Amino acid sequence: MKITVDMDKCQHYGQCTFEAPTVFALNDDDKLEYVGEVDDALADQVEAAADVCPMQAIEISA
Amino acid sequence: MAQVIVVGAGLGGLRAAESLRAQGFDVMVIGEEIHLPYNRPPLSKEALKGGVEIEGLHFRRKHDDIDWRLGAGVTGCSLTERVVMVDDVAYPFDGLVIATGIRPRHLPVPGPQPQVLRTAEDAVHLREQLTPGASLLVIGAGFIGCEVAATARQLGCEVTVTAYDAEPMLRPLGPELGAAMKAHHEAHGVTFHLGQGVQEFHADGVTLADGTRLTADVVIEAVGSVTNVEWLHGNDLNLEDGVLTDNLMRVVGTDVPVVAVGDIARFPNPRFDDVPRRIEHWNLPTETGKRAGQTLGALLKGEEPTGDFRPMPAFWSDQYDIGLQSYGQPGLGTPTLVDGEWSGDCIVEYLRDGEVIGVVGVNRTKDLMHYRKEIGHEAVGGA
Repeated sequence: MKITVDMDKCQHYGQCTFEAPTVFALNDDDKLEYVGEVDDALADQVEAAADVCPMQAIEISA
Repeated sequence: MAQVIVVGAGLGGLRAAESLRAQGFDVMVIGEEIHLPYNRPPLSKEALKGGVEIEGLHFRRKHDDIDWRLGAGVTGCSLTERVVMVDDVAYPFDGLVIATGIRPRHLPVPGPQPQVLRTAEDAVHLREQLTPGASLLVIGAGFIGCEVAATARQLGCEVTVTAYDAEPMLRPLGPELGAAMKAHHEAHGVTFHLGQGVQEFHADGVTLADGTRLTADVVIEAVGSVTNVEWLHGNDLNLEDGVLTDNLMRVVGTDVPVVAVGDIARFPNPRFDDVPRRIEHWNLPTETGKRAGQTLGALLKGEEPTGDFRPMPAFWSDQYDIGLQSYGQPGLGTPTLVDGEWSGDCIVEYLRDGEVIGVVGVNRTKDLMHYRKEIGHEAVGGA
């Protein structure tokens, strides 16, 4: 599955990192970094991460 | 398949509906607003500043077979007959989700009621008035009041804030951080009149308890909320502050399969203690909505709901270049500075009986995550 974060919306709150820690992380400057394509086995984690994003900036596609 | 009705089309209602639809139930959501569920926090910040585009605020939709009945205010309900009423029309259900949330509170003082900020329409209306040079009076110094004040300053308005409490955001943050946030606002040109109740509303402002008369082109009231429980009256439920539920979001006081979610639900969270509380933090509708979906699903299958539910409340607030973040229930504890300075970027822990019950960070997102782990009680064996 493919993941896109709208970096104009993202405020780097880091809530996604709790739900999918192997996909999303904050770097040393408190900015979000993420993996753009992940195995479907992580679908539940990525869906949960998108749900908890306060800015609803995470988009998921097949 | 059993019919579920979700009353309330906000975030909590959406998450419960998604959970129940994924379990195969037929799901109807009845919402008073005409919009599909949308994200409210930007209404006092990004959307207010840049112009409100409702399309950009909608939550993504995971199911196209949920039956949305929008623009329909539920007027009543009989749990024993298992129907909800929209005026004269009865909608029968097997299981019910209570998700009607909250509405802005008004101060019980004479005079014309000021506008409030709750819906997308409210935000559009407010945005039209916040023209450069216009004066704005904000009644209430909680998060919404302070965010609107910051946004209005950035839009070039003259801004005054008045509140009963002695510091802005006093109850969630405590006096030290509240005072620091007040200083940040003052440095950006906001004027405060704190520690005074409102005696009377006028079309162009207020009279405070000490007789001070404040005037402005635009007046907005942001003094907290009341729960939308009126439609539930007559069902012998405990509605004294929202809807009382058990730890798994099942409504207490009825054998009918009913759950409550989001801002309206008053539930005990064993992460902290056994006291039922309502929590108006953004992440709770998602957490309680998903949990309530599991609970109602089990009840409708004739099973006993099981599990351990101890969500971590979290909130965020952006004012100027300051990003506040919180985990836990800081308002229940005593603030202790653990890193940085009160007046700058810092981390504050909130202690109750020697335990960390909440943490707030000012511009310290990543560092704060480490402190999050110390808050409250995880399940035995880890959760």
